[in-house]
Amino acid sequence: MTSTAVTHKPVRWGRVALHVGCLAALLVMLYPLAWLLATSLKPADEVIASLDLMPSHLEWSNYKTALDGVNDVSIWRLLGNSLLIAGGAVLGNVISCSLAAYAFARLRFRFRGPLFAFMIATIMLPHHAVLIPQYIIFNQLGLVNTYWPLILPKFLATEAFFVFLIVQFMRGLPRELEEAARIDGCGPFRSFFQVVLPLTRPALITTAIFTFIWTWNDFFTQLIYLFDPDKFTLTLALRSFVDASSTSAFGPMFALSVIALLPIVLFFLAFQRFLVEGMASSGVKG
Amino acid sequence: MTTTAIPAEARSAPATAPKRRPKREREGAAWVFLSPWVLGAIVLTLLPMAVSLYLSFTDYDLFNPPKWVGLRNYVQMFTEDPRYWRSVVTTLTYVLVAVPLQLALALVVALALKGMKRGKGFYRSAFYAPSLLGASMSIALVWRAVFNDGGTVDNLLGTGGWVNKPGWALLAVALLTVWQFGAPMVIFLAGLQQIPAELYEAAAVDGAGKWRQFLSVTVPMLSPVLFFNLVLQTIQAFQVFTPAFAVSAGKGGPADSTLVYTMYLYDRGFVASHMGYASAMAWVLLLVIGVVTAVLFRTSRSWVFYASEGDR
Repeated sequence: MTSTAVTHKPVRWGRVALHVGCLAALLVMLYPLAWLLATSLKPADEVIASLDLMPSHLEWSNYKTALDGVNDVSIWRLLGNSLLIAGGAVLGNVISCSLAAYAFARLRFRFRGPLFAFMIATIMLPHHAVLIPQYIIFNQLGLVNTYWPLILPKFLATEAFFVFLIVQFMRGLPRELEEAARIDGCGPFRSFFQVVLPLTRPALITTAIFTFIWTWNDFFTQLIYLFDPDKFTLTLALRSFVDASSTSAFGPMFALSVIALLPIVLFFLAFQRFLVEGMASSGVKG
Repeated sequence: MTTTAIPAEARSAPATAPKRRPKREREGAAWVFLSPWVLGAIVLTLLPMAVSLYLSFTDYDLFNPPKWVGLRNYVQMFTEDPRYWRSVVTTLTYVLVAVPLQLALALVVALALKGMKRGKGFYRSAFYAPSLLGASMSIALVWRAVFNDGGTVDNLLGTGGWVNKPGWALLAVALLTVWQFGAPMVIFLAGLQQIPAELYEAAAVDGAGKWRQFLSVTVPMLSPVLFFNLVLQTIQAFQVFTPAFAVSAGKGGPADSTLVYTMYLYDRGFVASHMGYASAMAWVLLLVIGVVTAVLFRTSRSWVFYASEGDR
């Protein structure tokens, strides 16, 4: 019986198996996210020792506790700090990386080849090789425990990855447009702002989205540079739960985790097309 | 401001100035565009690299001036510090477990999605989501709870919590990386779509089965992408920090089994205030990543195939 069905439409069954396999894999993969959401709504006594994802009743007080903040700092403050740093980083990266990219992609200057090679090499440079002296510099300038060390480097195009991404994109733009603009009397600045930049929008959006998500998720740099609880970001506030293992704090801790994850999820849902395609064309790691 | 000044000058330039002038102007403009990057490259990259090399030969605690100690830090690292070697072994183990598993999974899923007509976009996005969320502290905390004593994995497998077992804690960290296979998967998928269908048709005409087609068409055509993913993921795996920090409550335990290289560097530099020692560690990391990348590039000549080189 089945054999006739198989010979009749052999492709279909393979397809079905493929979808079943993919969905099963997805279920396993999305489990941690479901677990996070479920736990954030569980009463304290159900967190551990239960495989059940569903809480017996929804414990919204976890979110109430989370909204009260951490270490006497309100959650709005933490959220604001995170947004300020991520926003500053986005602005810095988009401006400085597009400027450098335009020079590399379109202008001629001495040592262009070697400088471009150096720029590419810095993509592979481990952050730790420059970390300590950077820390010392910011320390000497009295800027440790401020947001400057987290934002300023982005205004100096230190994330070569995005320079490269925008260069690749600009190289794909037709040169005729700029030549036409030049004949019409446009200098390099005007043709950058009025001709090239508007066309580069997809690459700039990709840069902005990835910068936002990476900065939002960043832990190491924030851990090193920020000490005062009222300067903490959401990520750093979550860190105070790292040492705590008492089950009673579990619910609020994961409620805060959900809140910290929310902007990324929203970004992902809103821009998934840009994210996935920007990533495929450039090889950005999430 | 400048934008309005330039065209006026450019208009008058062809009439008065000799031919070389516009070119010079453009060179000047290039340096204006480059200036943030140049400043960053000097002040935040080149100078710090030189300084960290210098500091690696000193004792420095951030408060007193650096004291030159020659190779002392390096000697201590390599011969007198078992925790250093512990972190090296841990990191290498992690890289060797996480990267191949992650890339294999990424390739398998990309192959599964490749020919799909319906639902491809949905799966692509869904599998990619963990790549963005996984780097967060939120997920790292989930990981610790799920793999902890009494967590889901314990309940399912009766393992008693991987996070507390020296042999297993690192595997939990590695699995968090493997879980984020979506990023290389998307790159694989893009690479697979670039392979011309005629190649498969020609292979089929020559009597090649699916497996043979995979080996003779897919693998060579995909090798540049595979290489790209391998280099990128390896470099990043060497620098893993957040999941190890969260899983071990910031201590690298149990029994230093999750004390990855960057965590020990953080511990030496920013907890113990041995900036010189941490700088030496940073330089060794830089050299190791450089050597590994160079070796990968070298071996790639024998297995990475670029279509433009071959005859088509």
